Amino acid sequence: MGALGAVLAPFAEMAASPLFLAEVLIGGVAAGLLYALVALGFVLIFKASGVFNFAQGVMVLFAALTLVGLMDRGVPALLALALTIAVMILLAFAIERVVLRPLVNQAPIILFMATIGLTFFLEGFGEMVWGANVKRLDVGIPDTSFKVAGLLVNRLELAAALTAAVLVTVLAIFFQKTRIGRALRAVADDHEAALSIGIPLKTIWVVVWSVSGLVALAAGIMWGAKSGVQFSLSLIALKALPVLILGGFTSVPGAIVGGIMIGIGEKVAEVYWGPLVGGAIENWFAYVMALGFLLVRPQGLFGERIIERV
Amino acid sequence: MDLRRFAIGVLILALVSGPLVTAALGQSRAAFVPLLVYRTGPYAPSGIPIANGFVDYFTLVNERDGGVNGVKIAWEECETQYDTKQGVECYERLKGKSGGAVVVNPYSTGITYQLIPKAAVDNIPVFSMGYGMTAAADGRWFPWVFNFPTTYWSQASAVIRYIGQQEGGLEKLKGKKIAHIFHNSPYGKEANPTLEDLASKYGFELTLLAVDHPGQEQKSTWLQVRRLSPDWIFMSGWGVMNQVAIKEAAAIGFKMDRFIGNWWSASDADVVPAGDGAKGYKGATFHAPGTNFKVHQDIFRVLYDKGKGAGKKEAVGEVLYNRGIVNAMFTVEAIRTAMAKFGNKAPTGEQLRWGFENLNLTDKRLDELGMKGFTHPVKVTCEDHEGNGPVLFEQWDGKKWTIVSDWIAPMRDVVRPKLEAAAVEEGKKLGYTQRDCSKEK
Amino acid sequence: MIYREAGQFKSTYASDQAIFPIPQDRVFVLLVAAVALLVPAVASEYWLQAVLIPVLVYAMAAIGLDLLTGYAGQLSLGTGGFMAVGAYSAFKLTTAFPDVNIIVVFLASGLVASAVGIVFGIPSLRIKGFYLAVATLAAQFFLVWLFNKVAWFVNYAPSGTITAPPRSVLGVMVTGPEATPGARYLVALILVAVFALAAKNLVRGRVGRTWMAIRDRDIAAEIIGVRPLSAKLSAFAVSSFYCGVAGAELVFLYLGSAETLAFDIQLSFLVLFMVIIGGLGSILGSFLGAAFILLLPIFLTNAPHAVGLKLPVALAKQLELMAFGALIVFFLIVEPHGLARLWQISKEKLRLWPFPH
Repeated sequence: MGALGAVLAPFAEMAASPLFLAEVLIGGVAAGLLYALVALGFVLIFKASGVFNFAQGVMVLFAALTLVGLMDRGVPALLALALTIAVMILLAFAIERVVLRPLVNQAPIILFMATIGLTFFLEGFGEMVWGANVKRLDVGIPDTSFKVAGLLVNRLELAAALTAAVLVTVLAIFFQKTRIGRALRAVADDHEAALSIGIPLKTIWVVVWSVSGLVALAAGIMWGAKSGVQFSLSLIALKALPVLILGGFTSVPGAIVGGIMIGIGEKVAEVYWGPLVGGAIENWFAYVMALGFLLVRPQGLFGERIIERV
Repeated sequence: MDLRRFAIGVLILALVSGPLVTAALGQSRAAFVPLLVYRTGPYAPSGIPIANGFVDYFTLVNERDGGVNGVKIAWEECETQYDTKQGVECYERLKGKSGGAVVVNPYSTGITYQLIPKAAVDNIPVFSMGYGMTAAADGRWFPWVFNFPTTYWSQASAVIRYIGQQEGGLEKLKGKKIAHIFHNSPYGKEANPTLEDLASKYGFELTLLAVDHPGQEQKSTWLQVRRLSPDWIFMSGWGVMNQVAIKEAAAIGFKMDRFIGNWWSASDADVVPAGDGAKGYKGATFHAPGTNFKVHQDIFRVLYDKGKGAGKKEAVGEVLYNRGIVNAMFTVEAIRTAMAKFGNKAPTGEQLRWGFENLNLTDKRLDELGMKGFTHPVKVTCEDHEGNGPVLFEQWDGKKWTIVSDWIAPMRDVVRPKLEAAAVEEGKKLGYTQRDCSKEK
Repeated sequence: MIYREAGQFKSTYASDQAIFPIPQDRVFVLLVAAVALLVPAVASEYWLQAVLIPVLVYAMAAIGLDLLTGYAGQLSLGTGGFMAVGAYSAFKLTTAFPDVNIIVVFLASGLVASAVGIVFGIPSLRIKGFYLAVATLAAQFFLVWLFNKVAWFVNYAPSGTITAPPRSVLGVMVTGPEATPGARYLVALILVAVFALAAKNLVRGRVGRTWMAIRDRDIAAEIIGVRPLSAKLSAFAVSSFYCGVAGAELVFLYLGSAETLAFDIQLSFLVLFMVIIGGLGSILGSFLGAAFILLLPIFLTNAPHAVGLKLPVALAKQLELMAFGALIVFFLIVEPHGLARLWQISKEKLRLWPFPH
């Protein structure tokens, strides 16, 4: 009875200070959107090429490193941004040529392993070129908070949330309305059928890895502004995995919704129930939460239904 | 097919020849110190200045003084990336090199715990300055491990004493709220038992907030801080956790001069991302930051002006750079102490262990070294490998770190009994027996 | 010429179904075993401590994961967590019962890990593919958190780490600081050899075939009578047993002491890499993969020294990472089915030697 009381006590806490609860929820949404930004990159590549891109985290780091590295060397911000975008597109070309094309028909797990090799390579390469020191990323938005109706809202997080919203909308329009978007969806559906109607697989892959690289850049900017650009940025990918399970590996809106749900779930659990067990339960709670959803819907909330043929 | 054959050939070559190519150098007159560094990987921002401090000081001693009493210091860097397995591999590869390593500085709690049992077997002292296993400060149980000038438990007690000073006296702590934000690892948890003891002794409300490794995302921790509104925050962090914590504290508008980081959480790399928001952030340390000391002038004159410096000139005087210098200085002085007894040649591990254990660094000696006021005099004894050193507090003003306190003594009466109990436990785990210091006088 | 079956006739089913049916194979394996047993006499301490013992320990873990992922098709990223269970339960058991033989303690800790593995394997009944992999991460993070949080697991030690206490087998010290690398190497070698043999027989038998049926076409397998529940959970159980024993070996025979950071997600990924590079669905592949992943970085670290190149350590490490990544991609392009397939191809080439085809 005492244990049950302890587990239910936080609900009373929530009711007692609703303003704080609102702040926790806002914090959760903000964190979740930042996770979703990273998860988007995974989704794009998985959707179009069936590859689980382990290197996504390192791409986030690499993009941020390139941007900050250029800015530190005196390149004006907009030009640096343009150059970084160019670098990510070049990277996509290189990856398609060196990694994807030779492994075109292999099992997904082999491609997964290849992206792992890519991870190590980019880690070493990025650090070699840009150095291992932590770098400050100033996006012109101060990391301070202001009060709105008694709630503390962080400017930087607000900017990140808006960026994520814009990105998702743009991507959704891209996939639904443009020719290339349709081609991407066709390739995701069935490689061979897409080839047979003349969709150039190589171009599609370059496009999708480039777009994923740009999403990685956006994520890198947002996360880098929060913690400085350094190696640990690549570990963010782990935080995005529960978002992927919950939202489904193949859904762009799923990444956002999943992100928000994971973010809120994590924060609420940590702030209200964490102290009961000594804290730091966020990490595994996110996975357990995602696992719970998976048991109900094994392909994630928005993922494609897996149709299996005997 | 050729590609395949080539692949097989490369594979066999790699698998077989890898460890074979560890060349062994012949005997030399220099004292060999393997340097376990992390210049790459997640902790590189902290590891690079420490490594540079070491290398610069050793080079300085060799160039300016011709070595220690004519014996030069030789070293070899080995990259561990702060990874325990790589650290063990580095140690095993370098321990026998150049006539044998005379001391090892693991610079990682994980690696230290691996090397402590090996130290007694390989006869190489482990110098874990201000980190590692706190219980090893009881030299009766751990003759081969040294962690002077002070340890985590002493630091925690000194922090409380400092907070007490700032509040107008230790009695004023009653009812105040102090939060300890710590890295969720044995390192981060080190200060907790001491803090809990002091909380019951002085009546302040202690809240423990764990941050999971790596600490890239700390929203929930700082939401809890907002709810709690503590008067003071003490942080035992490492790596990206520090940078994010400082940023989050600034973001929620916490008064930065009430935020104290331990000596691994208050360095130049930690305050970089937060920019202006980090102004006022405080940290604990056991040496001064900056370059206002004769030893730094010597480093500039003898090394950097001649292009022999290990890192960038602007990085000289950074907090962790100076940490490296202090560590190297202690090593050199221990070698000197060993030479005074065993003669002017490169000491063996056993002899250097004696040197460490009988190190008596006075104010006068510090002055001679050009380090007057840089760090505190320290005396190591058989029972006390901690030196019971006091702690300084520094503050970041947006451009540099400056000292904002006197030397604050730790609360030895609280710390030492617990330390001795812990030493018994840890020593028995390894099958050690307590030695009798009076027999060795 | 040498490697031919000409003239060899099998007259019993047993000899036909042997793991090494050809005498040449048997001789080769015996030679390898003899060399492996004699290595401690000639190898330096560095070789043993930093190279051979880790290869054997990780090979055990790789076999475990290979059984689960390669043979049963259940992608798992919880290896680190299960190894942690093995290590911590071995520590608790041996400190609670110091007189029990350490080998028995290892086996018992494997059983504990097995039980935990069954519990965390239950989601596999509903979830498949990469989703399952990420779900097993829940196990990974939860277990590591548990061992961090609950001080009982480290016997309330202030340092928060577990240390291998000194234990001996047949009078020879095999754990603790006094144990020689040679003794530890032999224990690891014998354990991994015995368990590799057991695994090989397991996968050749009915259990292994049910796993492979589930892996290849699980719905069809269910239709012909393979029960997915028992197949999948048995895969998790056996795999976790191996990982648990490997985890105990990691602390007791290799590292000497460990904190929970030694069992984090990086370890899970490392073992997975070994299994994939070595070749999924191959016991030999686990050994080859473990050797590749562990030896290649050491080779790359030491290669510049060998050719006299003095590189600054940071640059050397970065080049090493780049070379490591590039070589992984290269080997995958050359032989996507892993090193075990390369070995198989070379054996087939040997059958025809000296003729090209």
